[in-house]
This record gives sequence, structure tokens and C-alpha cells, in this order.
Amino acid sequence: MKYTKEHEWMRVEGDLVVVGITEHAATQLGDVVFVELPETETMVAEGDEVCVIESVKAASDILAPLDGEIVEVNTKLVDKPALVNEDPTGEAWFFKMKIDDLSALDDYMDEDEYADFIG
Amino acid sequence: MTDLNTSDLKRLALHDLHVALGGKMVPFAGYEMPVQYPAGVMSEHLHTRTAAGLFDVSHMGQVILRPTGDMAALVAAFEALMPVDVAGLAEGRQRYGLFTNETGGISDDLMFANRGDHLFVVVNAACKEADVAHMQAHLSAVATVEHITDRALLALQGPRAEAALAAWVPGVTEMRFMDVRVFDTLYGPMWVSRSGYTGEDGFEISVPEAGAEDLARSLLAVNGVMPIGLGARDSLRLEAGLCLYGHDIDTTTTPVEAGLTWAIQKVRRTGGARAGGFPGADRILRELTEGPERLRVGLLPQTRAPMREGTQLFDQGGTPLGEVTSGGFGPSVQAPVAMGYVAASHATPGTLLEGEVRGKRLPVTVAPLPFHPTTYKR
Repeated sequence: MKYTKEHEWMRVEGDLVVVGITEHAATQLGDVVFVELPETETMVAEGDEVCVIESVKAASDILAPLDGEIVEVNTKLVDKPALVNEDPTGEAWFFKMKIDDLSALDDYMDEDEYADFIG
Repeated sequence: MTDLNTSDLKRLALHDLHVALGGKMVPFAGYEMPVQYPAGVMSEHLHTRTAAGLFDVSHMGQVILRPTGDMAALVAAFEALMPVDVAGLAEGRQRYGLFTNETGGISDDLMFANRGDHLFVVVNAACKEADVAHMQAHLSAVATVEHITDRALLALQGPRAEAALAAWVPGVTEMRFMDVRVFDTLYGPMWVSRSGYTGEDGFEISVPEAGAEDLARSLLAVNGVMPIGLGARDSLRLEAGLCLYGHDIDTTTTPVEAGLTWAIQKVRRTGGARAGGFPGADRILRELTEGPERLRVGLLPQTRAPMREGTQLFDQGGTPLGEVTSGGFGPSVQAPVAMGYVAASHATPGTLLEGEVRGKRLPVTVAPLPFHPTTYKR
């Protein structure tokens, strides 16, 4: 698993990258009550705001970690936003992306580096 | 992200207890305050509705107005600051009040109690210095204005609040909604009112700082009492339809626009024995008769997307109508809830409006307040 400074995780699954938010991020957000997902078959650029996530406290964005195409979204989160708190790194993935070159992930933090990052 | 300099923030007498309980401390109204504990906003909210929650609201301003001569002179002078019946408030009772300005806006909302030979006033934290100055400027001929800074203020709210407080102060069971009593306790002289800011039955308890931590620990030791942070305090009061000063009401909103006409007793209205005679009376009395141009309303977003403060509201034809002043997710309602101001023509419950969230116009319905029924012990 790879991690961004925006507290997103990325996992390679075949030729796709699965994206979600970290346990740390879910805890910081508090109880998630609303998730808005991107359209599938959308081309996005790294840093684009692709999802909105709202907790009881505030709204925040999920950014596309890489350039690529959104090919699948986890519609379960729309009906059950609380999954984000219950299983952030498993069942509560947000979207899957198709990217040109998986080596782009190499630039991101690994688990140890992320653990250091969040202190 | 802005780095907040916490060294400029004041600390509550119960600061160490909040930290020990795992409270997440954030800056609020010049204080370091617990926004939530490890249970989280959702659980804290629901716990308060089903059992009992303990809130530290010591940041609020506590003021004693003690007459230098006649109590009646103080009462009359205090009435001249508010469109509220002060003279008719019986000893041992508390009432909601509003300081108004010359244009009919609200400079703060408050609770005041008749304690026989003096008045006890509780004002908002962010306004307390200005309120004390305001009262000194207008009341010093008839009273001393004592800003009480050596007392904590705790709120115990929820269906099990009475039993929890009665475990230590049995006399509270005799109180009903908006009663005030003084009790001599092992925590020091306790000033208790049966009121709160959650829509639930409960108490607000002023206690000397020296006894505050013991009291808090005693209450938390009662089965069913949990510490509650500012986050749940906000969602609880929002579901109860209660205004947050600086958001739902401020110097630009009149009490009539804010739907607080219930706080303006007949005796202060046109035709009443002590009609008018408060700042902004012209406008406020006119709006009472003719109706205001806009009104604070409850709003139920029709999608799952919360409509937060600042969300712009439109009619279905796209004409701007107003904006949301408080909004979020209601844990007891299990849906987003909000309040805001709309043109009076569109303020009837059931009216379908649109709110703009991240560039999209989403449906939202005007709804009666409160969103969650209140359970005051009348």
C-alpha cells in the first residue's frame, strides 16, 4: 500500500489502483455522514477534487492521487457513509483508477514512511 | 492551515480533567475547549438524548446584578435593555432574554434569573466583555455589575440528568423547567437552573472553581453520565431549533426575524402596560404587527448532502431568498438539518426551495422547528 500526504491510500489491484482514506484520516474526520463519488469514465488529473466527504464536523475533499481514469466507484459508501469509519482501508475504498504507468506510485510513501509522517 | 497560537488561549478550571478524559482541545471563543472526547460527536449526541451528558460551559459569562438601592429600579433599568418582561419574572425563576441595539438587531442572547435580592445573568462567551460593559454603562446608577470569574459552569443534560444530579443534590428533583435554586453542597454553594441548550431536560450548574472538578467527577461516576464536547453541543442545539449567537442571530437580525417572538411578552408589545422602551423598539414592534421581511426557518435538505452555514438558498425559479446560518447532520434525526433566513413569502413549512452545495442546486424543504421534540420538565 502507498500513501499520500493527503492521507489517502493506494493499492494496486491488477492494472487498477484502488484509492481510499487512511484510518488516521477517518479518525480525524469523525463520524462520516455523507459521501459524494465521482462519475465513472472520468479523466482526472493528480490533485483534482474527485470526492466529497462530510463528517458531523465538516466537509473535506478527496483528491485524485494520480493522473488517470476513474473506472469504478464504491456506491456502498453513498448508502452507508459510516463504513468509512468502520473499515477505512478495506470495505470503504472510494474509487478505482486506470493509470498509464503504475511506477508513478513509487513516488509515494510506504507504510513506514506514512507512519513517520503522521507521527 | 493556520497555526493557532494556543498560548493566547485561556484555560478552563477543568482543563486537566478534559485532557485526562481524552478530550480533543480546540480554540473556541478565546478558550481551549473540548470539541469531542474519544466516543466522538455522533455517540456523544445520541448518548445525551438517551442517558445524560456533562458539558463544561465555563467559558460563558456569569454576571450578578445587585441593586444599590431598590430592586425595582434595577428591574426597570434592565427592562430598558431588552424587549422582555423582567418585572413579571417571579423569584426563583429564569427567563430567556435578548439585548437589542438601536436598529432592532440582537447584540446578545442570554438567560437571566430572579434570585430575590439580585439578578443572575448568563451570557455568551464571545460577547461577555461587551455585555458587561453594556450593563455597566446602563445599570451602574442602580446596580453593581459583578462579572463572576471564579465559578465554573457545567450543564448536565438528558433523560437521566435528574437522577444523576439528585444522587449528590437531592433537592433538584423538586425543580421544574426554568426554576433556579441555590444549594449548599460539599462542592460549595451551587447555583442550579433547570434549563440547557440541548432540547432535553437537564440542569446548568454554577459551582465554585475549587469544587468544580470534584463535582464533575462525581457526576461522571454516576452510571449513564458521559462527558460531551462542543461538537455534540452544537448538533443537539441545532436539532432543538435553538439559535447560536453570531450565526443564527446577530446585530443584523431582529428578534422577530429570528422567530423569537415568544421571548417578547405581551406586556412589552404595543398595547401592553410597559410597551416599548427598549433599543430598536420602533422596528421590533412594527415587525410584530406587520410581519418581518425575512424569517428564520428550519430546513430539511432532501438529499443526504448537509447544507452548512453560508449555503445560498433560492426559490425553484432561481431567485435568491437567503442563506443557511447553521447546518449539519442531525444524529437523532438521522438526516441533514439546517436553519437559515428566507424571504417571509417562502417561510411556510413545506415550501420547497433549493440550496447551492458545491455549485449544484439541491432540493431543501422549509420545516417546523424543532427537528427533535423537546423534553423539558414543565
